[in-house]
Formats: sequence, C-alpha cells, structure tokens
Amino acid sequence: MVQAFCDWLSNTPISLKIQTIVWIIPAVQTVHILSVSIVMASMAMLDLRLIGITGKRQPISSMVDRFVPWVWRVLLILAATGAILIIGEPGRELLNWAFRTKMAMVATVSLITLAVQQMNKRDATFWENRRIAAAAVGVVSLLLWVAIVTAGRWIAYV
Amino acid sequence: MGILRLCAWLESTRVAENIRVSTWLFPTIETIHVLSIILVVGSIAMFDLRLLDLASRDRSVTEIYDDVMPWTRSAFVIAAIAGGLLFTSSATKYYQNIPFRLKMLTLLLAGINTAYFEFWTRRGITAWNHATRTPRAAKIAGGVSLVLWILVVAFGRWIGFTKQ
Repeated sequence: MVQAFCDWLSNTPISLKIQTIVWIIPAVQTVHILSVSIVMASMAMLDLRLIGITGKRQPISSMVDRFVPWVWRVLLILAATGAILIIGEPGRELLNWAFRTKMAMVATVSLITLAVQQMNKRDATFWENRRIAAAAVGVVSLLLWVAIVTAGRWIAYV
Repeated sequence: MGILRLCAWLESTRVAENIRVSTWLFPTIETIHVLSIILVVGSIAMFDLRLLDLASRDRSVTEIYDDVMPWTRSAFVIAAIAGGLLFTSSATKYYQNIPFRLKMLTLLLAGINTAYFEFWTRRGITAWNHATRTPRAAKIAGGVSLVLWILVVAFGRWIGFTKQ
C-alpha cells in the first residue's frame, strides 16, 4: 500500500517538477540541515541545563521560555522542507526503515518537549524541584536528538 | 601538482583504504561530521544573533560567548578530524571537486572573520557588553559569520551531489 502511494506520488506533476530541477533537492536539504542545527543546538543547551551540566546562571524556566518557542517554529520549517523531499523522492523516504525510525523518534521527542514546556508553564519551579526527573528527561531528549540526526543521515545508506 | 600528489598519497594509506572498503565506516564518520557541524553552526548562530541584536538581548555579550564558545570550539575540532578522515578516503576526488574547494575557501574566510573579531572588535567590549544596541563592527562580524556558516553547510551538502 505504501509502495502504491509512492508510485502515485512520484508521478504527480509536483513530484516530477522536483525530480527534473536538479538543484531543488540539495537546496532543500541545506535548509533542512540548517534548521536541524538551530533545533539541535537549542535542545542541547536546554537538555544540558536539565541534566545539570551547564548554564546554571539561568533558571531552567527561562531556558525553556528562551529555546522551546524557537524549536516549535523551526520544526514547522523542518516539516515543510521534509515534505518537499518526500514528494521529490517518495520511495527513498517512505519505504526506508531509517526514515520511519526517525519519524517515530521525532514524534516521541516532540511530546517530551511539549510536556517539559507545559509543566514549566503551570509551575516555573517544576523542574528545579525535581532534579532527577529533569536529568532523566534531559538525557532521553539529548539521546533522541542525536539518534534523529544519525537516522536522518543513514536514510541515504540503508 | 604537489597537492595532488599529496592527495594521492593520502588516498593510498591504510586508513583511507579501510574507510573506502568498509560499508559502515564512511556513513558513521559522516554522521559524526554532520552532528558536530550542526553543533558548530547552531551554537555560533546564537552568538551571531546576539551580536546582531536579534536574540538574547537581556544577557551580556560575554555571557553568551562564555556559554556557547567552548561548545563551538570542541565541536569544530571533532568536525575537522571527522572531515579530514572523509577527505582522506578519496582525497584526489575531493580536492578536484568545486563545492569542496568553495567550502574550504568559505571556512578560511570564516576563520579570518573570527580572528578579526577576537583581536580587534572584542577589545572594546566593555563599552557595549550589556548594550542592547551593539556597535556596527560587532554587527558586521555577526552577520558575516552567519552568512559564511550557512554557505559552509550549503557547499558541504553540494559535495555529495557533485563528487564523482
């Protein structure tokens, strides 16, 4: 069924357009990677703060307010550029297990980040008062982001 | 043709041979290269945006610098080592690849921009450290850095589409 969908999608006018203009895919991938770097650097800062390694001059709450809104905005750019890449090469992405793993991890880490933000909104000292939970969330989130980038690069190889 | 011969020698080393032959070594080193570049660009962008007055205006310039630069530097070292290994695997091809050369040129320019900032612009920092309006020289340094690093990523991605 996914195969049939890929066949249909790759024959749509928009997909054919992306396939014939050679610079579109590398250009969109470049925007995608630059967006990943914004999300990744922001989340690394926040996660390291949650773990308790860096940035202790700032309360966790102000780091959440500083970085998480950027993450949501840039995730929209990632979704848009990612969608263009899928339309251009549906089979390369949708039938690829590295891609599927990546999407599952993106969904998971988004939910975790949403939870971090919501708890912080309800109580600005929530994470300061729960050091172990905060550290655990930080470690899981950081590992997921590293795994997401890794899976993203491996789409080209598996 | 001294450089091309050096590249040919690099390519003939055991390390290069191993990376070429292995199915997983190249993608693994490349993943490390991408992860570290992402951190270099993301962290330097935070500082550049502060220099441009576009973000973190409630924090001093040196505070952002101290928070961010150690990560930028370590990630850069890892990116350079991983990149060097990738280069070694097909040195002559990379050396002759135009996007690769443009990437190296852009890196050199980014280095010059950073050196100029470190040795000249940063000297008078006490005058504008806490200011929400940074001086023109600081804005230029931040803007130039941001543009150059975007180009580094773009040329880097282009190598993968043009290398024979």
